[in-house]
This record gives sequence, structure tokens and C-alpha cells, in this order.
Amino acid sequence: MKRHALSTRIWHWSNLVCVVVLFMSGLTISNAHRRLYWGDWGFAPEQAWLAVPRFPDWMTIPGYYSLAVARDWHILMAWPFALMLLFMWVAMLVNRHFKRDLMTTRKEWKPGAIWNDIVQHLKLNFDHEGGKFNFLQKLAYGLVLGAFLPMMVFTGIGISPGMEPTFGWMVDLMGGRQSARSLHFIFAFLLFGFFVVHVLLVILAGPFRQIRDMITGGTRDEA
Amino acid sequence: MKRRGFLAVAGAAFVAGCNKVAESNAGSRLLGAAEKWHQGAHRLLTNREALAPEYPKSAISPYFRGNGSTDPQNGDYPAQAAEGFANWRLEVRGLVENPLSLSLDNIRKLPQRTQVTRHDCVEGWSAIGEWTGPQLSLLLDAAKLKPEAKFIVFRCADNLNGQDYYESVDLIDAYHPQTIVAHLLNGEPLPVKNGAPLRMRIERQLGYKHAKYLTAIEAVASLDDIGKGKGGYWEDRSGYQWYAGI
Repeated sequence: MKRHALSTRIWHWSNLVCVVVLFMSGLTISNAHRRLYWGDWGFAPEQAWLAVPRFPDWMTIPGYYSLAVARDWHILMAWPFALMLLFMWVAMLVNRHFKRDLMTTRKEWKPGAIWNDIVQHLKLNFDHEGGKFNFLQKLAYGLVLGAFLPMMVFTGIGISPGMEPTFGWMVDLMGGRQSARSLHFIFAFLLFGFFVVHVLLVILAGPFRQIRDMITGGTRDEA
Repeated sequence: MKRRGFLAVAGAAFVAGCNKVAESNAGSRLLGAAEKWHQGAHRLLTNREALAPEYPKSAISPYFRGNGSTDPQNGDYPAQAAEGFANWRLEVRGLVENPLSLSLDNIRKLPQRTQVTRHDCVEGWSAIGEWTGPQLSLLLDAAKLKPEAKFIVFRCADNLNGQDYYESVDLIDAYHPQTIVAHLLNGEPLPVKNGAPLRMRIERQLGYKHAKYLTAIEAVASLDDIGKGKGGYWEDRSGYQWYAGI
């Protein structure tokens, strides 16, 4: 059996491209109005909960300030991003990747077990018996696939005025359009945080084998 | 330090690659197509008459931000403003059987719609205000659209960076019940910064569609020969999406 299913590998790399383009074009969009608000409305400094720094051009798409071009990229990549996420969810439910590898067990939620996991991580000891992932990995991947990425889609729909006549209830659930915009930003940076830790751990765990296996599929150690 | 250098180079290469794609014919067609996918999805999911949210009066923002032109100085606009827009005319023209030229009084005497709605700027901010005016559908029906009319163009008095502001929508948004020609904001005549004396409200789209300083409503079969052909001032100037529901 392969270490990573074909569906996982296709999703992983296409999602990387989508998220990188969405994030970098999103930084340009953030530069267009560098304040975040809660509630339905907000436009002035005294209403903001956060003044966002200006992101330098080198970390943005298109690499210079153009809200129109950034929106073009954002609007284009939103589609493959959302559709591939749906594809990944269907695939991992069907091939049981979710149930087998990602679902946590009650035993794993015990504080002692969690503490032990953290200690092992800090010792850079990545060998773990039993399932494919340890608890912290399950938690991280579960949060990314189950919360961070879907919330990017939902909060994105919530910002879109043409969607609101149909999805107004969702915008209300988020606390209004400006709250949806703030959440879009917060989840984007949670994803960025995951990305940094993920890349760091791949580097620490042997990047060549990790990246090769995510391309070729690799083989399961224990199988 | 080396790794950071590598990241910066990789990032720059990625951006350069994206820009190459955007500049290519196929790439720019793809970016344009994505706008149509969103519009198609919105139209598929949303009834053409479905309303944008309306709020109670208590939700109205303490003041209403103005963007783009906020105090036009071109043509006779300053003179018109000085006389309180007493001689302002709104034309309804183009592909219509019965062209109209309306004074502000004519417009105020039509049946009115008042709506407290949220204005979303493409930049990201939102403000809530109460708008009053006749529905655009009323004016279009009075002027009788010819069957070949496919778009409604809004002509504006303001000249921004050497170009006359204009905007356009298709007939679905033109006939939407919340599409009104507003002359009141929060019960008062429109302030100059918000488009005095008349502005459009296109509630399911972003702010740049809501043309201010409105002088004419023009029915056309195609947008190709208007401005630079992209259907609006910001569309022509910066490449903003014509469908601004995203």
C-alpha cells in the first residue's frame, strides 16, 4: 500500500498552488484597505479592531499594487481551491483515509498522552507506533482540512455581495460582512502558521523522503 | 540568511511566472473567464429578484464615506451645485421608444422606494445608509426599452483623471427591485461626496457600480463602443471586473 493515496497527492500539490496564489493576491487586497472591523459595517480608524501593516510588494501577487489584477487571481483560484477541497473530502471519506488516519480516539485526548506527544515532538522524535499520524498531527491536519480551509471558502462567500441574497444567513452567523472579512483574514493567517510549522517539520523529518513520497506515493513503513 | 535569500528568489520567480501567465492571451482569457464563472454561479444560486439584506434604521452608520470623485470641479458641475441642482436634468435615452428628460422634481414625484442597505467598496470597507428614489425599472418602462437593448449605461457628470465616469449593468440588475435612482441619503438630499443630486444603487454589486452625479441612463445593445469598451470607468482604467458581485 502507498504511503499517500493518489487523490491525496493530487490534492496536496494543487492545493499548495491555489493557497499560495490566494494568499499572495490576498495580501494585495488587504493593502487596499488596511483595517479590519467586526459587525456589518466599518470604514474608519475608530471602528477598526486591527490596523493591518502594509505588506511589501515582493510578497504579493502581482508584485506591485494592483487591486484589479490581485482580484483577478483571487477570483480565478477560488474555484480550483474550493472544488479540490471538496474532492479531497469525498476522496478521504471514500478511501477511509479520514477514519483510519485522521480521526482521533478518546484515548488520545487524555492530557498525559497529549503532553507525551508534545515532549516527543520537542525532542524531534517522530517515530510513533500504531497509526500513521500521532495526535498532534491528526489535530493539525484535522483542523486544516476540517476548519481552516473550509472557513476560507465560507468567509469568502460571506464577503461576496452577489452571494448574500442567498447566503445571508451564513453572513449573519459570522456576525456580519465585516466580521466575515476579519475571519477570512484570521483563517488565512492560521493557515500561514500551519504552513510554516508544516514546512519546518518536513525539513526536520527528512525533507527528501517526505517530498519524494508526496510525489510518488512512497510505501508504508509498517505495512 | 541563505534560506531567506532562496525564499525571496523563489517568491519572485513565482510572481514573475504568475505575471507571465496573466500577460499571455490564454492567461488573460482565463482570468476573464473566472469572472463569468462567478457570475454564472451567483445567477444559478440566486433568484434574479432576490434582495440584498436590508437593515433597521438603527444600523445606519454615523456618516457615509465617499470614495472616487468626492467634489467634481469639471464642466458646469460646480455651478449646478451652487444653485442647488435646480436645473439638473436626467435623460433616459439610447435604445428606447420614448426618450425622457426629467427634472429632480419629476423624479421626486414618482413612486419612491426607501431601503437601508450596506454599501461594500471594492477596497473592503462597508457603510450602511438609507437610500430613497424611484426604481430604475419605472424609468425604463416609461421610456420603453427596444428589444435590442441589452445593457443600461449610467452617464455621470464627474471627470476623474481625464475620463468621464460611467458604469453599466445588464437588464437583470437594471430591473432588480432594489436598483433605484437615489436622491436622498438618510432622508436628506445626497451630499456632494455621495453623488449629489442623483446616484445609482445596484445593491448586489460593489460600490464602483453605483454611479454618482448621474446625468443620463442609456440603453445600448453592446458596451464595445463606450469608453474603452469594458463597461465602466474602473473597468477601462484598471481592469476591474465588470461583474462586481464578487
